Amino acid sequence: MNGVHDMGGMDGFGKVDAEPNEPVFHHDWEGRVMAMVRAVGANGGLNIDAQRFAREMLPPEVYLTSSYYQKWFLAFERMLLDRNMIAADESDAGHSLKPSPSLKRGKFSLADVTRVETRGSFARETQSSPVFKPGDRVRTRNINPVTHTRLPRYARDKVGVIERINGCHVFPDTNAHDKGENPQWLYTLVFEGRELWGDDADPSLKVSIEAFEPYLEPL
Amino acid sequence: MAHDHSHDHHDHHHHDHDHSELSETQLRVRALETVLTEKGYVEPAALDAIIETYETKIGPRNGARVVAKAWTDPSFKQALLADASKAIGTLGHVSRVGDHLIAVENTPQRHNMVVCTLCSCYPWEMLGLPPVWYKAAPYRSRAVKDPRGVLDDFGVTLPSDTEIRVWDSTAETRFLVLPMRPAGTEGWSEEQLAEIVTRDSMIGTGLPDPQVKVK
Repeated sequence: MNGVHDMGGMDGFGKVDAEPNEPVFHHDWEGRVMAMVRAVGANGGLNIDAQRFAREMLPPEVYLTSSYYQKWFLAFERMLLDRNMIAADESDAGHSLKPSPSLKRGKFSLADVTRVETRGSFARETQSSPVFKPGDRVRTRNINPVTHTRLPRYARDKVGVIERINGCHVFPDTNAHDKGENPQWLYTLVFEGRELWGDDADPSLKVSIEAFEPYLEPL
Repeated sequence: MAHDHSHDHHDHHHHDHDHSELSETQLRVRALETVLTEKGYVEPAALDAIIETYETKIGPRNGARVVAKAWTDPSFKQALLADASKAIGTLGHVSRVGDHLIAVENTPQRHNMVVCTLCSCYPWEMLGLPPVWYKAAPYRSRAVKDPRGVLDDFGVTLPSDTEIRVWDSTAETRFLVLPMRPAGTEGWSEEQLAEIVTRDSMIGTGLPDPQVKVK
């Protein structure tokens, strides 16, 4: 979706403001949110793409004015409500008021912790061969789905060169909407700065995206 | 743009000037955790353990050890650049590494910088949880268009003919920048070298400085 989350190339947000000796969390609740999302995500089948889409769906003014973990919290609550894992009156009451279906993989307990400390693998076996090879020039498609996509706006309808093939991976555009993993070949695709930003761009700039095969067409 | 700047501060100094909103969030988070616990979805002790992991075990020191090793062991460096997940997996002392990690090498000709314009993708296992600035609008918007301006915000200036390569983390591949080993570190041990490898140098927004040790 063409949301405010798709920030590449936008102007006006000001300087990067790095906080010296920044703590891992600024408030205890931030850690609780991170841990709840990881835990229920892992055992309740809230896949990473669906989580990202839920954050993208926050109203633009909320997205832009909420802190990072506030966004996580709001999107997480939304997902739990939408999937009938909690009810609105329960989050208001602060107590479970009625039975809910169990998580797909059961309660997230101490024994599950090591599992979320390692990232899952997103590569999948496939019978297909990649259409493109390193060195190929390709054009990204001009797509504007209202659903989830990982092709940023600034890199649509642009010509780049395939640099490497990164395997066949879960396709976020379908996985985010519970339409299956639908694995697709994934490439590192490199653009000249001028292809993206015009003749005034820094001539020493190159930008790469990680591009799924359905985002690309041959030149 | 004074307004934008104060907006940046909003994230990390929230508690200084926004007590009511903060406690509201805090209460709602606590309420939700109670609901999820009562439903048998989560065990609070398991949440404590996840938090503790990211506060104490998984952080930029993991990546720093990998960089220091690459600076002192040419065959490891070669293996790292060929397949970072596999090469780091052979080191006993670095915690589990997920798949799809790619190490990108800085050279006098090319400087690498990592961003996620769409959200906050970051090599957690190597660097821990990302800092606020990495997840915030100023960095995400500008890194792909004006990386030298961003580097200037970090006090880093590179020669104008150095290629700047920005890696936008738009999928599940993750990137670790292998910075150049600074002059003046000849003969240093791997442990000494690891002490000067900063988090920012592994994102590509900083350079290691032999005079500055990371605690």
